[in-house]
Amino acid sequence: MDLLRFDAPPVSPEAEALRQEVRTFLRAELKPGLSRDRSGTLGGFNPEFSRKVGARGWLGMTYPKQYGGHERSMLERYVVLEEMLAAGAPINAHYVADRQSGPLLLRFGNEDQKHEVVPRIARGECYFCIGMSEPDSGSDLASVRTRAVETNGGWRVNGTKIWTSYAERSHYMILFCRSADADPKDRQAGFTQFLVDMKTPGLTINPIRNLAGDTNFNEVLFQDMLLPDSAVIGKAGNAWKQLTSELALERSGPDRFLAGFKLFRTLVGQLGPDPGERARLELGRHAAHMMVLRRMSRSVAAMLQQGQDPALQGAMVKDLGTTLEQSLPDMVRQLAPVEGDPEAEDELAAALADVTQNAPSYSIRGGTREILRSTIARGLGLRQ
Amino acid sequence: MNDVTRMLEDTAARLFSDHVDRAVHAAAEAGEWPAALWQALEDSGLTQPLEAGLSLPEAMGLLQIAAQHAAPVPLAETLCAAWMMANCGIEVSTGPMTIAPVVRGETLRLERRGDGWHLAGRATRVPWGRHATSIAVLAETDDGALHVALLPRDAAAIIHGGNTALEPRDTLIVDTALPVGAVARCPFGYDVLRAFGAAMRTAQIAGALERALELSVTYAGQRVQFGRAIGKFQAIQHNLALLASQAGAAAAAAGMVAEALSATPDMLMIAAAKGRASEAASAGAAIAHQAHGAIGFTWEYPLNWATRRLWSWRDEFGNETEWYPLVGAVVAGREPAGIWPAMTGTEAA
Ligand SMILES: Cc1cc2nc3c(=O)[nH]c(=O)nc-3n(C[C@H](O)[C@H](O)[C@H](O)COP(=O)(O)OP(=O)(O)OC[C@H]3O[C@@H](n4cnc5c(N)ncnc54)[C@H](O)[C@@H]3O)c2cc1C
Repeated sequence: MDLLRFDAPPVSPEAEALRQEVRTFLRAELKPGLSRDRSGTLGGFNPEFSRKVGARGWLGMTYPKQYGGHERSMLERYVVLEEMLAAGAPINAHYVADRQSGPLLLRFGNEDQKHEVVPRIARGECYFCIGMSEPDSGSDLASVRTRAVETNGGWRVNGTKIWTSYAERSHYMILFCRSADADPKDRQAGFTQFLVDMKTPGLTINPIRNLAGDTNFNEVLFQDMLLPDSAVIGKAGNAWKQLTSELALERSGPDRFLAGFKLFRTLVGQLGPDPGERARLELGRHAAHMMVLRRMSRSVAAMLQQGQDPALQGAMVKDLGTTLEQSLPDMVRQLAPVEGDPEAEDELAAALADVTQNAPSYSIRGGTREILRSTIARGLGLRQ
Repeated sequence: MNDVTRMLEDTAARLFSDHVDRAVHAAAEAGEWPAALWQALEDSGLTQPLEAGLSLPEAMGLLQIAAQHAAPVPLAETLCAAWMMANCGIEVSTGPMTIAPVVRGETLRLERRGDGWHLAGRATRVPWGRHATSIAVLAETDDGALHVALLPRDAAAIIHGGNTALEPRDTLIVDTALPVGAVARCPFGYDVLRAFGAAMRTAQIAGALERALELSVTYAGQRVQFGRAIGKFQAIQHNLALLASQAGAAAAAAGMVAEALSATPDMLMIAAAKGRASEAASAGAAIAHQAHGAIGFTWEYPLNWATRRLWSWRDEFGNETEWYPLVGAVVAGREPAGIWPAMTGTEAA
């Protein structure tokens, strides 16, 4: 069955040489005490760090040189990314832009958008947020109500987005909204993606505090916000198709099983070289699962490189990966005498509190577990 | 996956579809040797894939396909025996072969007698022992040195046993003379044999899980209850998605072992892969049966030929309890900064 193909990722000496460079860089950059927000999922939002990564040529790695990219392979990009994640590097500022907004603009954007914005993404200077979810539209994205109406030479937008990660610190949003009346025969018609400058008048950002006390997601209001026609990404009305191509990129990455790696590492460190029989088994199980997930995820990167569409394999990686990561706090609780405390000096107590509180979001953001399983079931031919 | 392996896959898949059916399973479970199937495999060069020019990873791929069809023949064991003999410089014999010992802690003794050798001891759970024409035995001399001895089956007493799928798992009792040419020093230890065994069972688990998934998806599309195909129910869809993910993980694990295998195998990769595949076997078989209802509980319906194998293969050559602690020990033995490089095989030289 094609969806069970996880072919060997190609051996790449360049990528392995690059890996050692990245490690050297990270050892120098990630000094203890580096300021980080407790975003749990990734290592924090740090523009200074993002610009340094950009200066090394490690953002926009797969983009064309013409737009500030480096024309390297998906696998090389993968190596940089997994090393950053494993080291707990603060990649949140540039991560969304590098991973999906840049590729989206390169694929569907107009020349102005590509020339003005993409090179800044590759330099680590320009950050993106994603405006898809709304108060009444989560999994059922086709029900979004934010509406863009054509005016002369542009668009007037009204509506509300919610759960927008890092809206307050991003330069642009990729806005997904309705741009034509609903067509009862085609639920996926009539949507448009816009490139929205976050400074546009009529756009208001209200922070939302999450359960861990952080305010890195937001409500974003649009009140008669005017956008020029040049803000349309791709073709008006074509957004649904454009979106689908983003999803494989979003779902299959190593962030889906390395979000809690810091907790794992800290646990291993605290248990020491001779942690006892039970701990050896549990730690070994967790590591083995990660190793197999990494293999799956690297295969997906290689398939993307070959121009295939491994959306289903990506969904498997995300479902298995997030499920594994959500089991991490339980393993820690069973193996170490530690109580989670977000404010603790003790690294294990702090990391445990961090992952415990953020774990529920792993299987919600980027497509809920149930939606992913339905996607896989569709791939199996069980549903339309 | 290159063109050669695709072609091989097609040939093998066709051959297994043509030769493995209910009657073959019934006969094999009754203890009969599926001679026609074996002959067809031999005629196509598939019983000695390394001799036929396939690489070890390609040969592992072949085992995966054979397992998809639950082919009741010792292709894996023959491959392993041939590989051992080739690595020790013993001429590879033809016909079905197997290996011993396969249970940890069992040893067979070898000593020089006259101008030949004498092999003695007992090995249990030997896969396909009764049907193998020869057996590659790992045996120790008094000084503890390991040798490979090529033992003709007829030189051993055999007590029949079986695994859950009634594949032969026999006890060999040996007390026999062997000619000089049948014995050679073995350049690797018991651990390499075990790793090879674990690797081949990993590939087989991946094949059997793929089969269980195919059967489940087909069945869910055909079986109608409450006026619609049960595959339309979200509960069934989500369970089968989970089965697919487990099968996917096993397929990735099979890819890992194929690359990790050599005379100096990457034990960490194989340990992780076999543990993970064994876990997938348990989880996957349970879902497949649940989706099938009672029909899957019959012997007639082909699901059991996959799942009963999964229930044995998950334990043979070590299960989670044996392999995971090996991974755990590697991880625990590193400084925190060294864990990731160790897990990914990317420690700087
Ligand atoms: C930390 C975090 C950051 C986020 N960042 C962003 C962001 O930057 N931009 C953005 O646009 N969004 C963001 N989101 C929102 C995220 O995409 C949505 O939460 C997600 O799509 C689910 O929508 P919902 O929360 O409205 O849940 P709902 O869709 O209402 O789902 C609630 C429950 O019902 C289940 N359910 C829904 N439909 C079905 C069905 N058909 N079958 C079975 N079960 C179903 C779901 O699986 C879930 O368990 C973020 C969310 C989180 C938690």
